[in-house]
Amino acid sequence: MAEFTTLSDAIGQHVHDGDTVALEGFTHLIPFAAGHELIRQRRRDLTLVRMTPDIIYDQLIGMGCAKKLIFSWAGNPGAGSLHRFRDAVEKGLPHALEIEEHSHAGMATRYATSASGLPFGILRGYAGTDLASVTKNIAWVTCPFTGEQLAAVPALDLDVGVICAQQADRDGNVLLWGITGVQKETVLGARRSIVLVEEVVDSFGPHVNGVVLPSWTVDAIAVVPSGSFPSYAQDYSERANGFYAYWESISRDRDVFQSWMSEHVLETRDHQEFLASLDPQLRGTRHG
Amino acid sequence: MVDTPNAELAWASDEMMAVAAARELEDATVCFVGIGLPSTAANLARATHSPSAVLIYESGCIGAKPDHVPPSIGDGVLSRSADAVVAVPEIFTYWLQAGRIDVGFLGAAQVDRWGNINTTVVGEYDAPSVRLPGAGGAPEIATSCRRVIITLRHNPRALVEKVDFVTSFGHGDGTGARQRLGLPGAGPQVIITDLGILRYDTDAAQFVLTEVHRGVEVDDVIAATGWDLRVASSVRETPAPQPIELDALRSFVKV
Repeated sequence: MAEFTTLSDAIGQHVHDGDTVALEGFTHLIPFAAGHELIRQRRRDLTLVRMTPDIIYDQLIGMGCAKKLIFSWAGNPGAGSLHRFRDAVEKGLPHALEIEEHSHAGMATRYATSASGLPFGILRGYAGTDLASVTKNIAWVTCPFTGEQLAAVPALDLDVGVICAQQADRDGNVLLWGITGVQKETVLGARRSIVLVEEVVDSFGPHVNGVVLPSWTVDAIAVVPSGSFPSYAQDYSERANGFYAYWESISRDRDVFQSWMSEHVLETRDHQEFLASLDPQLRGTRHG
Repeated sequence: MVDTPNAELAWASDEMMAVAAARELEDATVCFVGIGLPSTAANLARATHSPSAVLIYESGCIGAKPDHVPPSIGDGVLSRSADAVVAVPEIFTYWLQAGRIDVGFLGAAQVDRWGNINTTVVGEYDAPSVRLPGAGGAPEIATSCRRVIITLRHNPRALVEKVDFVTSFGHGDGTGARQRLGLPGAGPQVIITDLGILRYDTDAAQFVLTEVHRGVEVDDVIAATGWDLRVASSVRETPAPQPIELDALRSFVKV
């Protein structure tokens, strides 16, 4: 049964040094506040998993929290590179980062396989690519019925899955809508799960393509308004595109990055203080 | 669309590229769209000659109808305007892998004469000089769409003799590799750049220059290509962008 708690306590209780952790969100509902809390609590040696590692993974890598990254697309969408990620891969800064690289279809299959409790999943993919040679966790199987050769990828071995959702009800059931990515699979495929919600409501209204995670599939729920900033929560906030462009100027230089992280993350107590520490022009738009 | 319009022409070379790419998309086509120039071109097609084109984004948005170019593949303007929004495992399985997509529209950091695409590294994989974002949805888009359109800016570092890494498979070495691997789609059929258009010629077993944009000479394209570029026996000039195309493009990207 989901327990309502603070984000700080949820991270402290459920995420340990050396864990394999997925903070998922496909552009939408990215759990930035949880990433910041991992940095504040100085978690180390994490294996980070994400289809689309973006700014928050750049921050975790740059702050030395990550030992390994399992991913399929690492960039700052529409704005540029992840310079802390690139420094880790190209120069071993702040320390070497092991990478395991897939395609989106391969990663999506791995998440769905984890949620299904199967050891491996199959897809029609990777054939002819160099990914199949550099990534050990890509293999080939022959269909026992048709003889077709298909790619096989193992389930993810997730200790913790962290997502954002729009709402929880008072019983701890969780509702998200809009682009739902692999969030359901992240929660169902991990040993422990943390959900950040915009608000707690008495009952859920109807939502096109709404996904409900029953309370007993979630370990901890933290109410963190704008917890996905600078990403967005559909019908609550707009994506802060300006922040993504701004990040290019912060992450490019390691010293600028370090002092920015100290001022805005390490020296703020929680997500509301983090948001308050930002230039108002960067804060993005909330609805209502 | 970063460069300024050419003083002699009424459009920028990037605008010509977007217009030429948009024209490759026929009406009612179901198109899996990569971010960046492919998204711009696909939406330009929808705004002009292909109003019924179905744009699918890997974030799970099916039938997205954005009114401006979204900076990412998961913007709210895509999900709010879509006919359906599905989970990411579903978009890659029920929709892409199942063979429901006509056209895959991809960008590239490097491409070779067989349409093999690199978006992973420049240099050695284990010690890259430039680490690029990686595969995203492209490998399986290149596998399963009925055909693939590639669009990128033309220079010898982008159109290369040999890609440093095969992120997405085109035609291998041109000797029927797709058939041997059992890949369902026909693979890359056209490469549209800011200089001209290359089309895949199955007899020549490689991409061949078939069109140049206004103001571009065939020799310019040869010089900007990292391999010994084959040129079609007759190369035509790409029809100039029409005012309706430029107006749509400029209103669409100006947000």
